[in-house]
Amino acid sequence: MSDSTTLSAPRVVAKRKRRAGQRRALLYAALLALGLVAPFLAYPVFLMKILCFALFACAFNLLLGYAGLLSFGHAAFLATGGYVTGYLLASYPGLTPELGILAGTLCATLLGALFGVLSIRRQGIYFAMVTLALAQLMFFFFIQAPFTGGEDGLHGVPRGELFGIISLRNHLSMYYVVFAIFVLGFALIQRTVHSPFGQVLKAIRENEPRAISLGYNVDAYKLVAFVLSAALAGLAGSTKTIVFQLASLTDAHWHMSGEVILMTLLGGVGTLLGPIAGAGLVVSLQHLLAQSPMGNWVSVILGAIFVVCVLSFRSGIVGELTALYRKNFK
Amino acid sequence: MTQKMTMPRKALVTSIAFAAAAATTSAQAEISDGEVRIGYLADMSGTYRDLAGPGGLTALEMAVADFGGSVNGAPIVLFSADDRNSADVGANTVREWIDQRNVDMVAGLVASSVTIAVTKVLEENDRLGIVSGSAASSVTNEHCTPNHIHWVYDTYPLANGTARAVVEQGGDSWFLLTADYAFGHALEADVTRVVEESGGEVVGSVRHPFPTSDFSSYILQAQGSGAKIVGLANAGADTVNAITTASQFGLTQSGQQLAGLLIFLNDVHALGLEATQNLLLTTGWYWDMDDQAREWAQRYFDEVGSMPTMVQAGIYSSTMHYLEAVQAAGTDDAQAVRAQMASQPINDFFARNGRIREDGRMVHDMYLAQVKTPEESTGEWDLYEILSTIPAEQAYRPLSESQCKLVQN
Repeated sequence: MSDSTTLSAPRVVAKRKRRAGQRRALLYAALLALGLVAPFLAYPVFLMKILCFALFACAFNLLLGYAGLLSFGHAAFLATGGYVTGYLLASYPGLTPELGILAGTLCATLLGALFGVLSIRRQGIYFAMVTLALAQLMFFFFIQAPFTGGEDGLHGVPRGELFGIISLRNHLSMYYVVFAIFVLGFALIQRTVHSPFGQVLKAIRENEPRAISLGYNVDAYKLVAFVLSAALAGLAGSTKTIVFQLASLTDAHWHMSGEVILMTLLGGVGTLLGPIAGAGLVVSLQHLLAQSPMGNWVSVILGAIFVVCVLSFRSGIVGELTALYRKNFK
Repeated sequence: MTQKMTMPRKALVTSIAFAAAAATTSAQAEISDGEVRIGYLADMSGTYRDLAGPGGLTALEMAVADFGGSVNGAPIVLFSADDRNSADVGANTVREWIDQRNVDMVAGLVASSVTIAVTKVLEENDRLGIVSGSAASSVTNEHCTPNHIHWVYDTYPLANGTARAVVEQGGDSWFLLTADYAFGHALEADVTRVVEESGGEVVGSVRHPFPTSDFSSYILQAQGSGAKIVGLANAGADTVNAITTASQFGLTQSGQQLAGLLIFLNDVHALGLEATQNLLLTTGWYWDMDDQAREWAQRYFDEVGSMPTMVQAGIYSSTMHYLEAVQAAGTDDAQAVRAQMASQPINDFFARNGRIREDGRMVHDMYLAQVKTPEESTGEWDLYEILSTIPAEQAYRPLSESQCKLVQN
């Protein structure tokens, strides 16, 4: 924010913006480098899980953090992407993984358009309830549909060969594919948020009547944001299915919709990197606690962290860090 | 070692050291990493916590301790994790155990979605799994692998045993309460077939959404049907809710009888005898069924503070059988141990006339039980009366009906 600048200093503002841009580029470069060496430092499958959930949380954050829409049904898109990809790859052995991912993402996008049209006319709690209700419909569909394997889940999805050449059976090559998908998804979100379209979304979030009075068709903007978010959630689900070689009802359950809210809020809603930090924290905690004698307490510990977070630092990990940085280094 | 040691003595010491080293290597040659590593994966915090959970881990630890803590000099190492009833958490944990810790065998395995996901990982990496908690008969049918064994029970004997025995005892008209999803439909089809084969009749059925909390309208339909037996083709919380509602509506008092197809000792204990009295069910084991069972159950009770379910007893029994097989085979290689396990019949405090079939199903005698009335019961855990034994060969799905890829039909 340029609150300390005076009217006579547009050049100072420009300079500051440039510096901030440079710093951000530096930060992204550092994170990218970290992502590239990470599989040599930690167990790749665990990292892939974090990346899939991070992409899911980023997609969710696009809607909550930038359009101010709290969807309580994002699990439906994750699951749709996962089941469609899983079903296609398991049933048609000739299909390559990238086509499977594409099909899964496409189905999630279409579902997102349908849900979006039905739900964006409502606001606040009503919007959340409509999305939850629609997602529950999808949950029942996934339980009943013969191709999903019901509560047993869909198993034995082959990882296959990317473009028919690169075998993904190796954890390392799979990791780099997941990382590439994540980076592309993140770049798309970053671009969207900083585009004029993203600015309008933020305007709608801050004051919807004002955006309407300025002549913006807010429903159309919200719908596009919703569909984009659903598509990226579906992409995360499709990728996850290929990594774990299965799709299960866990992904479609409303707990998953709740978990992504938890990740986003813990990490910092409305910050680009927040959902990644949140997903990393939640997945790591689940992972560490599950194998410790404290295993019975995963939900309790996560709940306690959430309460502390909401009560004492509302803008989440990344939000607080940014504020701290601004306070001390500017 | 001192430098002043004389040549022959030094040579002697060296040769002894070499011989000792050679002896230990030959004993442990076939046991990977010189350790038998067992991972225990189960629901430790959710719905199935009381069925397997931490109690199952205690049973596993008891088995390892009773075996002496090592096999042929190779120590037995245990890992455990909570699968939170999620297939991806379960499969991921096992994959990590194999990749990072070279785990040889995975025990526990409760929710069938987790079990099926885990067995695929085990097959891919050629490790062994012993499934004790899962109900789904598909685990050794369409989802069978050469890498896992299903130990305690499955829905086939539960449905068949209960339905056949009930019809033979005169319960020839049935009304079914079915959970409306694949599992409930399969159970309903199984029960209907068995009831009709045994000369009974299914006079009606109603499908309820999964999960359901209010069973009143379904119970009223069951009461109105006039059937002698009301079969519960559902599981977990649905069964518990249905039984509670039936008890509130006086279903059993008005002459009808409930038949539970998937209900466990911990459910009956939690619901209380008032609500569950006279319920008929099939079980793979009951702690009070004979002296051997009582003796083991008492040891378990002293450690845990509650009586073991059949799943927890099965975890002890299967681990013992596994460790004996590792000892006899001299290796922890999955296929060698699997073959050794299948070559030995199983007769211990848990299983009678037990043997492992080629589809991985461990068949053993099952028991038809009736829940006691509060007057009959003499203690907190005195819950079942064993009515009859269902012989091993009749209890389980015959291999001729198997869709398992390992069975030649």
